[in-house]
Amino acid sequence: MNYLSNIIFAIILIVGIGYFAKNVKKLFRNIKLGQDTDVSDNKSQRWKNMAMIALGQSKMVRRPISGFLHVVVYVGFIIINIEVLEIIIDGLFGTHRIGLKILPISVYGFLIGTFEVLAVLVFISVIIFWVRRNILKLARFWKSEMTSWPKNDGNFILYFEMVLMTLFLVMNATDLDFQAMNSGNVISQYIAPWFSGLSESTLHFIERGAWWLHIVGILIFLNYLYFSKHLHILLAFPNTFYGNLKPKGQFNNLEAVTNEVKMMMDPNIDPFAATPEGAEEEVPAKFGASDVQDLNWVQLLNAYTCTECGRCTSECPANQTGKKLSPRKIMMDTRDRLEEVGKNIDANKGEFKDDGKQLLDDYITKEELWACTSCNACVEACPVSIDPLSIILEMRRYLVMEQSAAPVELNNMMTNIENNGAPWPYNQMDRLNWKNE
Amino acid sequence: MSELLKVPTMAEFMAQGKQPEVLFWVGCAGSFDDRAKKITKAFVKLLNKANVEFAVLGTEESCTGDPAKRAGNEFLFQMQAVTNIEVLNAYEVKKIVTACPHCFNTIKNEYPELGGNYEVMHHTTFLKTLLDEGRLTIEGGKYKGKRITFHDPCYLGRANNVYEAPRELIQKLEAELIEMKNCKRNGLCCGAGGAQMFKDAEKGDKEVNIERTEQALEIKPEIIAAGCPFCNTMMTDGVKAKEKESDVDVMDVAELIANAQDL
Repeated sequence: MNYLSNIIFAIILIVGIGYFAKNVKKLFRNIKLGQDTDVSDNKSQRWKNMAMIALGQSKMVRRPISGFLHVVVYVGFIIINIEVLEIIIDGLFGTHRIGLKILPISVYGFLIGTFEVLAVLVFISVIIFWVRRNILKLARFWKSEMTSWPKNDGNFILYFEMVLMTLFLVMNATDLDFQAMNSGNVISQYIAPWFSGLSESTLHFIERGAWWLHIVGILIFLNYLYFSKHLHILLAFPNTFYGNLKPKGQFNNLEAVTNEVKMMMDPNIDPFAATPEGAEEEVPAKFGASDVQDLNWVQLLNAYTCTECGRCTSECPANQTGKKLSPRKIMMDTRDRLEEVGKNIDANKGEFKDDGKQLLDDYITKEELWACTSCNACVEACPVSIDPLSIILEMRRYLVMEQSAAPVELNNMMTNIENNGAPWPYNQMDRLNWKNE
Repeated sequence: MSELLKVPTMAEFMAQGKQPEVLFWVGCAGSFDDRAKKITKAFVKLLNKANVEFAVLGTEESCTGDPAKRAGNEFLFQMQAVTNIEVLNAYEVKKIVTACPHCFNTIKNEYPELGGNYEVMHHTTFLKTLLDEGRLTIEGGKYKGKRITFHDPCYLGRANNVYEAPRELIQKLEAELIEMKNCKRNGLCCGAGGAQMFKDAEKGDKEVNIERTEQALEIKPEIIAAGCPFCNTMMTDGVKAKEKESDVDVMDVAELIANAQDL
């Protein structure tokens, strides 16, 4: 009987972490469905970016209000989670507040006191977040892509945090020994009186209840991540590490095209030469992207990292002027389609069966893609180095090079460049006429 | 006026067995667009005044391929790039200056991988260097004390982190440099980038250039300064649509400097 709670705790812990691990594996598998891309360069700059942007939140605070509140929740989340370590040890070994046995009372009290203060600050910040979303109705939280699940997801996370913080404080407030010790109960001492008049056994029952719900809640939250936009708390780190280091205006040159262009320009090449024996035909399957597998894995990591804050969309000139394009939706669509492809693979014994759908048209429309001015405002705005523009460009490449489906005016522009080296129908021989005008 | 312009070509330099100090990449807009041609000429006047030995490619210049690339036509882009690189390398060009941020970005960032390695400067950065070296003087003239705001071109600002050079030049005019609510890295696009210049906008409730012009007009400038021929067109159209063309001029930074000295 004595060990029953330890065993139950261990089982809950194993199931909770095990299921999460299973989904993390799936996450890796899905991200690896993307094309290879070389991001092995400039490690020191990459570490620096991760330290500054993810750990240091440098881009979050560019919007001071939400940035400050986010830092509070972020710091609170990380520091309060030290407490989880104690909970796990206590749960597994049947101890109570093992920290007290290891640390001097003053140190332990300082730690718990810090957690309590942070818990209150997190609670307040989360309430302000909720008010911004639901009462003040900030425009970026009410765009057309933020209905149903994405909208609820945002609120669920806030409720989760409110409940977890409350449980932590109630747990401390109803712990008679801890209150009697009077060290570290900086906040919970003011909550304790709410429970006065209750019997010792009832208090113990509440304390145990809060303790169990707290750890179970954390495990549920952990497992909720995979299904939620909230994955950013983990993926922001690799995502900022693998983020683009080149100037934002530099778009990659397609290597397959370079090879073909070189062949066309090289007078010594025999166009009828047979491919040498054993040499692989270097014809790419496809130019550009029509589905998630055509994107590279960093772009897919981007999609899982997006927490749908909408800073990109609120800065997008197309979106600001009422066009359909929303960079956030590009990322959400990419993730949704990737999840769909992943489920397809799971259902078909590890192999993708054509489902007659793709990212293009079924998720992202041409109208959205052609509305982009490539201004990089979305890329600049993203607090975790996501690059929606690179996905838009890959899809435009597919439209133009595989489907010849550019808008008529753009086809005219391109014909002009081809014929006379300018986007307008002027003769190249007239290029210097301005000199004498 | 025009006979004062000295615009030698690379071919002419080559014939004399000489290398110019810098190649001026004029760009398609600068060569053909009536409004942008004025910017080209203003910049040439400044180069002449500062005794810069420059040359243009003239009829050997061709589109960098920027609009084709942003539209998704990588083939056409690379064909243009490789052709241009062949010409530039044949002339052993080392340094390029251009008044178009799109040409600037493409040649600077996307040509090296294809074999074109040059030092590329936007004309505002180049003018700033001339100023620092004492080769060019800037005086306020008729712009002294005027309220001037600078519209950041996306492909100069966010794309390549050049924010200060054009602003420092404007301040040298002893003008009052005022900033729009969205400026520098938060600058709002004029609506022309990504090949949008060459097509109608998608359905929406406003044109991007109107939105940007409204941001500019909010701070009551006398002049909206630009550093890109496409931004210039978009902002000029925006000011016209708002019927403010008698109060607000849209001018390139090079034009401001040249006009201030009555060049």
